[in-house]
Amino acid sequence: MAALYEATTLCVLNVGPGGSDSGISGIEPSADDDQVVVTDSARSVTVYKVSDKKALGSWTVKQGQTVTCPAIYNPQTSEYVVVTDSKVIRVWKDSDINIDRAFKTTVSADVWRVLSVPDSEPLVLFQRGAVRRLDTLLADPQQPVENVLPEEAVIRYKASSRTRWSRDLWRCSKGETLLLMQRRHPDSAARYRLEGGEAPLSCSALPCDGGVRLFCLYSSGSVYESVVPIRGAGGVVEEVQPLPRTLLLNLPVGEGKLESASAVSLDDAHVALVGVPHPSAGPGKDFLCIWNTNFQTLQAAKEMAGRIYGQLWCSCGKLYVPHGKSLSVIPFKCQKSSLAAAMGKLRQAGIPASGLYTSVPSWTAATPDMRSTVRSIASAEEVQKKVSAFLSNLKNLHVIQVAAGGLASVLVSRCQEQPGFYPHSALVQLVHSQCLSYSVCPHLLTLALEKKDYALCQFCLQVFPDIPEAVACSCLKAFLSESDGTLDTVSLERDSVAFVEGLIANSTQEGGETQQNGFCPTTQVEDGGGGPTHTTPAVLTRSSMPLDMKCPVGLHKAVLLNEILQVAYSDCFLLLHLKTLSAPQVILFLQYLQFLYGKYSQDLHTQVSALRSPAMTQILDWICLLVDAHFTVLVMAPEARELLSHLHKVVRLQVKVFSELGKIEGCLQALQKAKQSGDVCQYSIEVIELF
Amino acid sequence: MGEFTVHRVRFFHYMPSGICAMAFNRRTERLAVARTDGSVELYSRTDHFFQEKVVPGRQQRSIQALCWVGKRLFGAGLSGEIAEFDLDNLRLKFSQDAYGGPIWSIVCNPQGTHLAAGCEDGTVKLFEILEDQIRFERNMGGQKGRIISLAWHSSGTKIAAGMIDMIKVFDLDSGELRSRGSRMQQSQECVVWSVLFLSDIIVSGDSAGKVKMWDVNTGTLIKNHQVTEWDVLTLSVSQDETSLFAGTSEGTVVQFQLLDVVLGQEEKEWVRTRTFKNHTHDVIALAEADTVIISGGMDTQLVVRPLLDKLDFKSRDSSLLKILFPQRSLVSCAKKAGLLLFQYPTHLELWRLGDTEGHGPPGCILPVSRNPEKLLHLKIKGEDHVCCSAVAPCGEWIAYSTTSGIRLYRLQRDNKNVSITKVPKLPKVLRHAHQLCFSPDSSHLYGTTSSAVHVVALTSAGCKFEHSLKPNSCVEPFGNESQEISDGKFLASANSNSEIHIYNMHKLKAHCTVPVYRSGVSAMGIHPETNNLVIVHADHQIFEFSIEQMQYTDWSRRVQKEGLHHVWLERDTPVINVTFNPQNPNHVILHDSYMFCIIDQSLPLPDRKSQFHNQLTLKSLPEAERLKHSHAFKECKLYQPLLCVDMLENQSLVVVERPLLDITTNLPAPVRQKKFAT
Repeated sequence: MAALYEATTLCVLNVGPGGSDSGISGIEPSADDDQVVVTDSARSVTVYKVSDKKALGSWTVKQGQTVTCPAIYNPQTSEYVVVTDSKVIRVWKDSDINIDRAFKTTVSADVWRVLSVPDSEPLVLFQRGAVRRLDTLLADPQQPVENVLPEEAVIRYKASSRTRWSRDLWRCSKGETLLLMQRRHPDSAARYRLEGGEAPLSCSALPCDGGVRLFCLYSSGSVYESVVPIRGAGGVVEEVQPLPRTLLLNLPVGEGKLESASAVSLDDAHVALVGVPHPSAGPGKDFLCIWNTNFQTLQAAKEMAGRIYGQLWCSCGKLYVPHGKSLSVIPFKCQKSSLAAAMGKLRQAGIPASGLYTSVPSWTAATPDMRSTVRSIASAEEVQKKVSAFLSNLKNLHVIQVAAGGLASVLVSRCQEQPGFYPHSALVQLVHSQCLSYSVCPHLLTLALEKKDYALCQFCLQVFPDIPEAVACSCLKAFLSESDGTLDTVSLERDSVAFVEGLIANSTQEGGETQQNGFCPTTQVEDGGGGPTHTTPAVLTRSSMPLDMKCPVGLHKAVLLNEILQVAYSDCFLLLHLKTLSAPQVILFLQYLQFLYGKYSQDLHTQVSALRSPAMTQILDWICLLVDAHFTVLVMAPEARELLSHLHKVVRLQVKVFSELGKIEGCLQALQKAKQSGDVCQYSIEVIELF
Repeated sequence: MGEFTVHRVRFFHYMPSGICAMAFNRRTERLAVARTDGSVELYSRTDHFFQEKVVPGRQQRSIQALCWVGKRLFGAGLSGEIAEFDLDNLRLKFSQDAYGGPIWSIVCNPQGTHLAAGCEDGTVKLFEILEDQIRFERNMGGQKGRIISLAWHSSGTKIAAGMIDMIKVFDLDSGELRSRGSRMQQSQECVVWSVLFLSDIIVSGDSAGKVKMWDVNTGTLIKNHQVTEWDVLTLSVSQDETSLFAGTSEGTVVQFQLLDVVLGQEEKEWVRTRTFKNHTHDVIALAEADTVIISGGMDTQLVVRPLLDKLDFKSRDSSLLKILFPQRSLVSCAKKAGLLLFQYPTHLELWRLGDTEGHGPPGCILPVSRNPEKLLHLKIKGEDHVCCSAVAPCGEWIAYSTTSGIRLYRLQRDNKNVSITKVPKLPKVLRHAHQLCFSPDSSHLYGTTSSAVHVVALTSAGCKFEHSLKPNSCVEPFGNESQEISDGKFLASANSNSEIHIYNMHKLKAHCTVPVYRSGVSAMGIHPETNNLVIVHADHQIFEFSIEQMQYTDWSRRVQKEGLHHVWLERDTPVINVTFNPQNPNHVILHDSYMFCIIDQSLPLPDRKSQFHNQLTLKSLPEAERLKHSHAFKECKLYQPLLCVDMLENQSLVVVERPLLDITTNLPAPVRQKKFAT
């Protein structure tokens, strides 16, 4: 799951003439996670503290000079580096007030960009493709710089990974897009030709196991991924190799092509896009979207007011989007996506945009700080208080979904680490928020089973839409093997308990003969023989099923079993796991199901109202599955004989009822046909036959 | 039996008119019913309410009240005139203006010497009934307020008049006002729609939905029954004054009976006993005829409801009877040309039937290769409504008659154009006809009046009067009801007294008469080949009379000997038309409103125990066994309600249907009633 939090405006843009240029040439991370260096496309460099929306410092070059490359921060020396007029490299510190008085040196060739490399010296990329370390360049500024690129080539994009990589992409005059990959330590270079030929609108890269993943956004709205392999050996490969690509996303563009759009890969599964239309919003609106490339689903979207310049930067968990007359900072969060969560998002996208993004009072409180707090607080009560405060603060459903999932997994992992720690009420509260699903926090249910927290189990079974069959089956096993005495001490949800109580109370009534409308069947025909009987199915049901059958399990066990019955499952998967039940468990469960069936066929359940109760079909499906899974065992077990014969009668009755219904259906169809033919217009010529 | 191609026609938009007045003559057992289009229908109580006569309507004639004086029928309406109907010639005998504005009600005194009319100007006008006319005698009352309803006391000395908010009682001897009812309703205006003058009390029905009993002498209210939330429009009392009925706007008829308060004691009280709901709209007119209560209203149907407490055993009379469709044919069919002539009150429509080239198994609908086409829309001149019309078999002549004249048109059709020319100089004797028909070769037009049958020869140049045929034994005038012509040689004509005269058209003289049967002739037809006359009576008896041998045929004798099946005899609508299958001389085709039936004279008659409706049974049997189980009556109820069934020369049937739903959707909206859960 991914989420976009509330946007804040960092600064006002100095929009260039004509409004086509945002006036920002680059945004780079600064001294800590909360600071960025924003480079003006004209003359100034400003450092902002993002959470305070405050400028910490601003430096402007003299009139007549221009900043030609975005300033970067070199954390190793705590210095800022910028290039003016393509050849002058300036280096200064926070304490410097005037940039003109700071250190500057002129190099022999035009610099295209300065790249900051974490934990290492920044790299300088020249326009003709050569790369130098900043320190070596500053040591000998006038050193000759070789031409790596052909004459006509122009660098269009650069991307660098955090480690030792630098890739340049340039465009040949022939119209081909070539990728030059340069590697330091050992120095190596390789050239690739991107498939398709067309130049991408924007590019971003991520390191992966086998090399570098390159995401390219094309004007057709497609996002392609290419994996550039890492060459073990050094050396420069001169010949151009083709670079295969795979389609990740095919975004709806509407009419025409994308003009200014940008894509930034956030992690291996998420891409942030700006300038691409929202699939369900109308035209003329610009959105910042996060797409999941694994599921091709829209994970989060935020409307950006005003004009979009097709620029997007990502730094330290925040996206920077210049739009209209301001630069917005949007914190985001990407989580490992589960299918269940991913499926839900596109549906939510239909909600009007204004309703979707209600205000989050303090998004900083909702993010990692909360996790660390939860991780560190000692007592479970404290955790519970924090969690409830946290949940009550969050009003945005979508944000809760992400935050609650993270929180739950932190709590669960802490419980697994510290055996004494178990914040029951906090977990219950999280589950109650209805934002969790099994796949968001897979270990929660197993943890609850381990801790014998059956109340939590019940809530999970009620709330989670995606419980795997294996887990449901282990829950079933645990419930069946637990003694009634233990279970009765557990406090379960009142409504379900009342439902079962109603069922059991009805069964203990005198013969269960109370009927609506005072109807009382007079003939209790024992349906023993195979001969045809002419009594109604309802009467037969009553006569063949023992009416005074007692509930074979305790009250609370029955409640929990009912929850199991209502869990969604796929029978072929469940069948495998059902086979692991032991024979006594199977017989007990079957007896309970039979009890339920008996109650249902007496129509008594309609007198007991409940919000959640297993449906008749669910009961019958479970009976079938259990008998399928353990047929041989049941046939051999002497104690199951009575049970089986009862079930046999049940099946016979059902077959009878359905055959009668089939006949009725035939009659009704004939009636419908007869009615249709009766529709005659003003004039017709017909043929009749008299006999 | 065989397959038939059926032209199923639903474009005859026949619309019956609402019933606005009724009067029942206990002496002659005739019921007169007036409709909103001004027509008056006569039904015979003794003959299963067979519609004997229809006086055609007229534009702007509205009848508000009907009154029998002996055998004479008077009517009055909002035109302010009192009229007498000529029931022999089926037109107005005379009409006389009462000079009091619109007349809302007329009654005659029990002695049958005077008529009283309640007028808009608040006067009750007394007329003396003379032979052939009425004469104004005097005025009573004359203050403000119209007189809506009138009732004459059985002594003949007092008249009660229902007005708005009050009831006045006039003493005829002194001519002065005797008493008046107090204001009936405090809050809003209350119209006394109907009053009854019983021997000791006056009963009124009003727009507040109440039936009230008043003391005659003091004018005080004795008893008040709230019957409905809407209006009580009409009241009717039985002759012995023990039972009375009230008809309401909701379509209900409520019965009150004079019953002992304590069993065996003298004291009696009017008690509301039964409620009948057979109408969807206002019940405007009620008539009580001993064992039945007859009601009619805006929903156009005449409902005859038997009072089961007065009947001893189950018979045809003990079932509910609803009369909705005319018991005469409004459609005439040109068999050779495939044309249909529809008779509406104020215009005629001529349609050409469609055609098909397809063939298919029974039950299928064939593709229509040529759609039916409306050739002619002929508006009637004058204010009188059409009383009869006919189209010649060849389709070249159309004739219609109103009470004021007959018109004959010649129709010329080439490929696309239809031109019509009026034939001038019709003979003056033929001024009004009850029935019109053309000879099978379209060379002659026959028109019947009350005294004779007139023959007009038709040529392309024009028409020429040929002869007038009078029955041999005819002494007094009679109304001709129906007539049939065979291959041109014989013509049969029946009158309302069930007398059937047969004329030889070659010799132009009367041939013979058929023995008179007790029930009216509802339909008859002469077989084109055998010259046998098939007669169906209102009680569904069927006779076949051989004209040439002047006696009943063997088949007819067999029918009388074995008796018709009880299912056939219990049918409640009379047979409207008799026609024959040109391909098979054994086939006689009959139809009434709800079925048509082909009688195969070669097959045995159904006996009492056999199944009468056996079409489905026969269908399921293998072909070899069918003959064993089949009988002469092949009934088909696929199409209903039927206005006409006829067989064209190419042996295809034409059925003209008028779906009930189409009629009910064209009715005005009924009063709104709160229904449960709406």
